[in-house]
Amino acid sequence: MLHTLKHERSHIVTRLGVVSAGLVALALAWTPALAQGKGGVLRIGMTAADIPYTGGIPDQGFEGYRFIGFPLYDALINWDLSQGERLASLVPGLAESWEVSPADHTKWIFHLRRGVKFHDGTDFNADAVLWNWDKLRTKDAPQYDARQAGLITPRISTIQSWRKLDEYTVEFTTMRPTSFVPFQLMYVLYTSPTQWEKAGRDWRAFANNPAGTGPFKLSRLVPRERAELEPNHAYWDTKRVPKAAKVVLLPMPEATTRLAALRTGQVDWIEVPPPDAIPSLRQAGMQIFLQSYPHNWTYALNLSRPPWDNKLVRQAANYAVDREGLCKSLLNGTCTPAIGEVYSGHPWFGNPKVRYEYNPAKAKELLQQAGYDGKDKRVKTSVLISTSGSGQMLPLPMNEFIQENLRAVGIDLDLIPIEWNALTQRFRQGLQHPDNAQLGAMNVSFNFLEPWSAFTRFFHSASIPPKSVNIMPYLNPEVDRLIETAEQEFDRSQQDQLLTQVHERIVEDAPWVFIVHDLNPRAMSPKVKGFVQPQSWFVDLTLPWVEE
Amino acid sequence: MWSYILRRLLFGIPTLLGVTIIVFTLLHLAPGDPISSMLPADAPLEVVLMIKQQMGFDKPLPVQYWRWLTRVAHGDLGNSLATRRPVLNEIRAALGNTFLLAISAACIGFTMGVTLGTTAAFFQGRWLDKAVSAVAIAGVSLPHYWVAILLIIVFSVTLNWLPAMGMQETSGGSSLWTLLRHMILPSIALSLIPMGVITRMVRTSVLEVLQQDFVLTLRSKGLWARTVTRHVMKNAAPPVLTLMGLQFGYLLGGSVLVETVFSWPGSGFLLNLAIFQRDIPMLQGVILVLATFFVMLNLLVDIVHSCIDPRIRRT
Repeated sequence: MLHTLKHERSHIVTRLGVVSAGLVALALAWTPALAQGKGGVLRIGMTAADIPYTGGIPDQGFEGYRFIGFPLYDALINWDLSQGERLASLVPGLAESWEVSPADHTKWIFHLRRGVKFHDGTDFNADAVLWNWDKLRTKDAPQYDARQAGLITPRISTIQSWRKLDEYTVEFTTMRPTSFVPFQLMYVLYTSPTQWEKAGRDWRAFANNPAGTGPFKLSRLVPRERAELEPNHAYWDTKRVPKAAKVVLLPMPEATTRLAALRTGQVDWIEVPPPDAIPSLRQAGMQIFLQSYPHNWTYALNLSRPPWDNKLVRQAANYAVDREGLCKSLLNGTCTPAIGEVYSGHPWFGNPKVRYEYNPAKAKELLQQAGYDGKDKRVKTSVLISTSGSGQMLPLPMNEFIQENLRAVGIDLDLIPIEWNALTQRFRQGLQHPDNAQLGAMNVSFNFLEPWSAFTRFFHSASIPPKSVNIMPYLNPEVDRLIETAEQEFDRSQQDQLLTQVHERIVEDAPWVFIVHDLNPRAMSPKVKGFVQPQSWFVDLTLPWVEE
Repeated sequence: MWSYILRRLLFGIPTLLGVTIIVFTLLHLAPGDPISSMLPADAPLEVVLMIKQQMGFDKPLPVQYWRWLTRVAHGDLGNSLATRRPVLNEIRAALGNTFLLAISAACIGFTMGVTLGTTAAFFQGRWLDKAVSAVAIAGVSLPHYWVAILLIIVFSVTLNWLPAMGMQETSGGSSLWTLLRHMILPSIALSLIPMGVITRMVRTSVLEVLQQDFVLTLRSKGLWARTVTRHVMKNAAPPVLTLMGLQFGYLLGGSVLVETVFSWPGSGFLLNLAIFQRDIPMLQGVILVLATFFVMLNLLVDIVHSCIDPRIRRT
C-alpha cells in the first residue's frame, strides 16, 4: 500500500516536473519575443489607389518612396527616420563615407559599404552603382528606363558623370560645384543588375520579382490589391532588421473605407484619417500620430500682373488668413499655421522681419496703401484649385474658408476648381503661359525636404518653366545670389545660415500666400508598437511590430 | 437562326468602331494629359515632352488611333501607362472580380425584382402594392455609394459581422467562405438598382398582360391560378428580359463608386483609376471590352426573345 502510494506520488511528481519544465520552456520561448518586441502582421491602408511601382524608383510620389522605395531598396545615403524630435537627417547608406575633392569641388568620392548583397544574393559594388546610373541617365544603355528616369531626372540634374575608381569606390562629377549632391543621391535606389537579366531584361517583369538591398523583400504582389513585404534577415544594418513578421500594403484611396477598415480591425494602420474622425478614433483607443514635416500648402501668386505684382497686396493677403481658425475649426488640429515656406523651429526659418499673424486690420491698412479702399475699389483675382490630389489636404473647404477671410478685408477671390491631373499640367506651364496668364494664383502643396526642393526650383530665376517650377515667376537677384552661394557652401551650418537669409527675404517679399503645414496624420490600432513618427515624408517600417 | 446571329454580329463591328472613335476623341479632348500623372508635379516641362515623344503622344491623333487599332486587330490592347502591365491581363483579372459581384448582385436583384413586381401586380392598388412600389422607388433613388457606406457603418463598424473592404483576408488568407463574406455587402449595395428597376418593369408588364382578354378567357374557363400565372409571366417576359440584359451589362461594367468604397479590385475600380491616371490605353481597352459585352448581351437577349416569341426571328 505504502509502496503504491509512494509510487503514485513519485509518478505525480514526475508528471508535474515534466509539465513545469514544459511551461518553463514555453515561457522561455515566449519571453525573448515579448522582450525584444517583434512579430505580427502589420497591415497598412495606403491612400494610393494602386501599389506603387516596385522595380526601383517608385511612382505615386513620396508615398511610393515611403512604403515601397525605402523598404525594398537603399540609396548611397539614407534618411535616419528613427526619431521624431528633430528633423530627419541623412546617414550613410550603401556608402560608408563620402567626400568632395578639396582640389575640385565638382568631384565627389563615395566609399561603398563592403559585404552588402542584393536580395538575389549577388554583390553590391561599384559596377552595380554605375549600372544603376546608366539605367537612369544613359539613353543607349540596354537597361535605360525612361519611366524611372522621368520620375527622378529633375532631382539629379546636376550630376554629369560617374566612374569607378576601384571595386568599392565611385566618383561622381557635377556640372558645377554643388554641395546639394548628398540630398540628390538619396533619391537614387539601387537594383540588382543580375536580377534584371534573369527577368529577361524587362523592367515590368523585374517589378514582379525585384531585388534590392533594403530591409524588406517583396514576397507577393497583386496589382491594385496588395503587396506583401517580408523581412530581409541578412540586411547589412543589423539594427534595422524589421521587427514585424510581415508588412501588408493595401491600396485604399477612399478615406471612409480606410476608416472603416481600421475600426473593424481589417488593417492596423491608416494613412490620413479624415480630420472629422480623429476625436472618435481617439475615443475608440486608436493611436493618432501628428508631427510637423516639410510640407507647405500655399497659393503661388502670379507676380507679373496686378494685383499680385504689388508687394503690399501680397502681404495684406498673408495678414488676412486666419490660419489658426483653419487648422483648429476646419481641420481638427491636423495642420499648423504657415507664416513662411518652412515652419518655425526649422533650421532655415530664421528671423523674418514680418510675421503674418491673423490681422485683418493690418491687411486693410496695407490694401489702403496699395490703393484699394475695400468698398468701391476691391481687389479682384482668381485662384486655380484642385478638387483633390496628393498632399492637397481638403482643398474645397479650405479654399472656401480662405475666400471668406480674404473677402472680409476687400479681396474678392474667384475659386476655379479643376481636377488634380489637369492642375499639375497647368502648373508645369507656369503662370506666364497664355492658358494661365489670366489667373491670379495656383493652389498647390510642396515638400521642402532639401535646399533644391525648398528654394532653387521655386525662387531661382533659372528655374522658370520649362526648366523648372518658378511659376510666378519670382525674380530677385539677391535671392539668386544667396541660393547660388548656399549651393557652393560645403559647411552645413554656413549653408543653413545662407538658406535662412533666403527664407527671410522670401517671407518679406511674399511671392506666395503662406497658409498651412500639414501634420501628416495617421491612425493606428493600439496593437501597433514601436512606431516612430519622424519629421519627414517617410517612415522607418523596420521599427513597428504588432502585438498578437 | 444562324444567319440572324451572324447578321447581328456583323452589325456589332461598326458599333464597336464608333465607340472606340468617340472614346479616343473624348479622352484627348479632356484637360490633363497621361504623362502628368506619371511624373511628379515639379517635373520640368522638358522631361514631360521627352517622355511624351518616347511614348508616341506627340504624333497626330489619327496616327495614334490607327496605331492602337492595328494592335487591337492583332489582339494586343497595349500596356498600361501607369503600371506598364498588359492591359488585357489587367482587364481579365478585374473583370473576373467584377463578374463575381455582378452574378451575385444579379441573382439578388433579379429574384427580388421579379418576386416583388409580380406580387405588386397581382395585388394592384392594395397596401402590399404600395409597399412594394415604395421599396422599388427607394432602390432606384438611393445613391448606392451612400447605401454602401451605410451598410459598412451598420454591419462592419457597429455590428462587426462582415468585412468592410477587399475580397480576402487582409493578412493574406483566402478561402471560399472568406470570399463569400466579403461579397455580401457590395452585392447588396449593387443589387438595389436592378431590383428597383426590374420590380417596376415586371409590375407594369404583368399588369398589362393581366388586362388582356386571353387572361379573362383562361380564368373563365376555370384554369388553375398557377397555370394562368405561367401564361401571364411568359407573355410579360420579353421587355423584362431586355431590361435584365441591360442591367446585367451595367453590373458587368462594374460600379465605379461601390467598388471604390469597398476597395473591390474590379473593372469599376480599374476604370476609376484609369480615369484619374489618364491611362489612355487602359481606358480604351476597358471601354472596348465593356462595349463588346453590351453588344453580346444584347444579342443574347434577342436570341432568348426569339426563342420565346418566334415572330421576332421572322422580322
